[in-house]
Amino acid sequence: MIQIDSLTKRFGKLKALDNISLFMNEGQLLSLIGPNGSGKTTLIKSILGLIKPEKGNILVDNKNINTTDSYRNLIGYMPQMGKFPENIKVGQLFTLWNKIRNKQEGPLDNDLFESFDIRSMENKPLRTLSGGMRQKVSASLAFLFNPKILILDEPTSGLDPISSEILKEKINQSHQEGKLIIITSHILSDIEEVTTHVAYMQDGSLLYYGPFEELKTQSGEKNLSKSIAFLMKKNNYSVRH
Amino acid sequence: MKELILFTIKDIIKNKVIIAYTLFLLVTTLVLFSLEDNSGKAILGILNTILIVTPIITLIFTTIQYYNSYEFIELILSQPISRISVIISEYVAINIALIMAVAAGMGIPLLIFSPEKEALWLLMISVFLTLSCSAIALLISVYIRDKAKGIGTSLLIWFYFNFIYDGIILLILFTFSEYPLEKPTLALIALNPIDLARVTVMLQLDISALMGYTGALYKDFFGSMTGIFFSMGCFALWIIIPLWITIVHFGKKDL
Amino acid sequence: MKKTKATIILFLLFYYGFANIINIHPESISNNIQKYIDKASYGDTIVIHPGIYTSVSLVLQKSLHLIGINKPILDGDFKNELLRINADNVTIEGFIFRNSGKSGMNEIAGIRCIDANKIIIINNEIINCHFGIHISNSSTLTIQNNIIKGTPFEEQNTGNGIHLWKCNYANIFTNNISGHRDGIYFEFVTNSTIQDNISTFNIRYGLHFMFSHSNLYLCNEFIQNGAGVAVMYSKNVRMEENTFIKNWGASSYGILLKDISDSWIYNNKFLYNTIGIHFEGTSRIEVVRNEFQNNGWAIKVLASCMDNRFEHNNFISNSFDVATNGSLSLNTFSHNYWDKYEGYDLNHDGLGDVPFYPVNLYSMIVEQNPNTIILLRSTLIGFLDKAEKAIPSLTPENLKDSSPFLKLNSL
Repeated sequence: MIQIDSLTKRFGKLKALDNISLFMNEGQLLSLIGPNGSGKTTLIKSILGLIKPEKGNILVDNKNINTTDSYRNLIGYMPQMGKFPENIKVGQLFTLWNKIRNKQEGPLDNDLFESFDIRSMENKPLRTLSGGMRQKVSASLAFLFNPKILILDEPTSGLDPISSEILKEKINQSHQEGKLIIITSHILSDIEEVTTHVAYMQDGSLLYYGPFEELKTQSGEKNLSKSIAFLMKKNNYSVRH
Repeated sequence: MKELILFTIKDIIKNKVIIAYTLFLLVTTLVLFSLEDNSGKAILGILNTILIVTPIITLIFTTIQYYNSYEFIELILSQPISRISVIISEYVAINIALIMAVAAGMGIPLLIFSPEKEALWLLMISVFLTLSCSAIALLISVYIRDKAKGIGTSLLIWFYFNFIYDGIILLILFTFSEYPLEKPTLALIALNPIDLARVTVMLQLDISALMGYTGALYKDFFGSMTGIFFSMGCFALWIIIPLWITIVHFGKKDL
Repeated sequence: MKKTKATIILFLLFYYGFANIINIHPESISNNIQKYIDKASYGDTIVIHPGIYTSVSLVLQKSLHLIGINKPILDGDFKNELLRINADNVTIEGFIFRNSGKSGMNEIAGIRCIDANKIIIINNEIINCHFGIHISNSSTLTIQNNIIKGTPFEEQNTGNGIHLWKCNYANIFTNNISGHRDGIYFEFVTNSTIQDNISTFNIRYGLHFMFSHSNLYLCNEFIQNGAGVAVMYSKNVRMEENTFIKNWGASSYGILLKDISDSWIYNNKFLYNTIGIHFEGTSRIEVVRNEFQNNGWAIKVLASCMDNRFEHNNFISNSFDVATNGSLSLNTFSHNYWDKYEGYDLNHDGLGDVPFYPVNLYSMIVEQNPNTIILLRSTLIGFLDKAEKAIPSLTPENLKDSSPFLKLNSL
């Protein structure tokens, strides 16, 4: 579904992505893990076409993303802490999204829209929303068009426990439907239950990519955080503060 | 693209800066018309307001608007929409809002109190300055990632066009005072959108008589077909060039 | 009107005692006025009745009184000089002179006087003539209540409205002159009074005189003439209560004074002129109680001027109040009202406690380098002027009004 070939990107002297290759397929639920500044966000932005790589290619659904904008019809993206235009009402945002993606076939996925009760805040200006409410709006928008690929950047941060559960349930359900889901999260336990694959990045390099089960066997640990600790130790990562 | 433009306008039009700008222009225009006993004086006052206020508001507002909607631009770009339509929508929406502010704040009182050719010239140059300065501000914004630096650069550009550049003209005119300088002066004026706007309008006003022989020469030039094409061409270039560079750079930059 | 004319005729009869009255009608067997003039004797009165007399080209060589009843029209058919007077004691009253010839070479006029004294030209209309009234080498003239209206071509091919050369004791009252080259033109004219005239829409100057001393200009209006008023090489000129309005153009003046000395400019109004008064090589002129309003420059005083005094004038809404081209000023300013004055009056004597410097920096810059006018009204220039006002450094130190009025001078 998404094929990345030797992707390299430098910001000045800093190597943000160092020769990264990976292939992600339908049905995967990939946890993209790594410390701050490891290149997770750069990788995601590269897939979305927001960052233009120096070297390497990204193919989504076998199409090179440099040649088309329409591949993004396949993707639902939930940014980390969405920031919206201040004076716009929630309803107007959904209207715009509907218009931008109006060529899409198939029914809309209104599950989150309804579970989060977005309708009740349709007439509220976006600037009045709390962080959690914005996350709900972001999540609803990401899932709305039933995309084959979901890219969720820190999806549960800022959400109250109930909403967080609703979102996780929705992620799980989408996973069951055979979608490709890429999640980055700091709070590892959040996504542990649903993860099938793990990608671990550090200093712009992809140090591990494989099924979660495999990692568990390799590390001899049972949960995700301990497995990650194992990976960090193996790669001599020291936390510098 | 149409939807995105409308959407952005809906956001900007409720912006406090736009509302304050409209009110400021309205109050200034009304005060000038009521304080000055002849409308010619009021027109000159309004001209000064346009030359100083319109560029700085446009530059700063456009810069801040771009930086504030940066995350949203990212989000929009994660949708199946091209970069060029996103940046053009941003430019068009900002200008529609600013020009509406000018039209409501200044245009209506101008047309009520002084429905003359001069009023139309004033409106024309304020529209031109808005279009040009917003293109310059977007250019600055897409090149400079840091918000504070971007706003600082916009301020600097305003200061440069209003003070430093004219100082340079003064210096050149005195250094080469023994040479015929009409044509070089014309070129120097054309290289600063604010000067270009000022001279174009001044030559249409009564006050151009103060410009004596030199002014008469320029008036002949700007009154001729060549002159009109020249000034319109320069106006157009001051909009198209910065906008073009902005679009090209925005198309390939990292967000 | 008829009654007045009758009175005048009676008066003339009385005055000249034995003079005859000759009547001419357009339907007279011969309407050739010249024949009657030739037949008439010294002091006769010729009364011309209403109608149109064509191909007129009259020559008066003896003292006669030509009186028109109800404005008979004397038409020159664009060929001739209409009336030439070469005699003393002549009255011309109540005619319409129209359509003289035009010539770049000869000074063809509606009424032309040469070597003629005691001439009265009154209540006439002189329409579409090359020169209106052209008088040379004459004395004791009354030109009153005439309407002189030309059709302007370019400057070279248009004559002056009232043109006097080498005359004295002329009284020029309540005439209305328009559409000529210069409205009123004097060369070597002395001891004359010019009062209550309106000179407007002339293509060069409303009033233009040279080498004309000891004249008095009162209550005239000079409005919208091509270049305003220009007066040169004269002394003892007194100009009072005149109005100079809308002389607006690249080189227009309310008054251009060149080499004028010992003169008085009192109680005049200068409104909407490019330059209110331009002083060049003038000395000992008193400029008192004038109003300067809405001019580009209220006054320009070149460095060649000295000992001129500017007192009790009002300067209101001018783009520039005073401009000069030198760093030294030998003229004095006091008790003027300046609307740009921002000083204070602590002792409440009605005078500002700090001097006002009426010359602003930019006007100095423009005098030195005319090209810099292109920066007129730019933000930088506004800023420089403000800075210079706060800390004067480049503008002439002694060109100042040390006792500026805080309230308008009553004029």
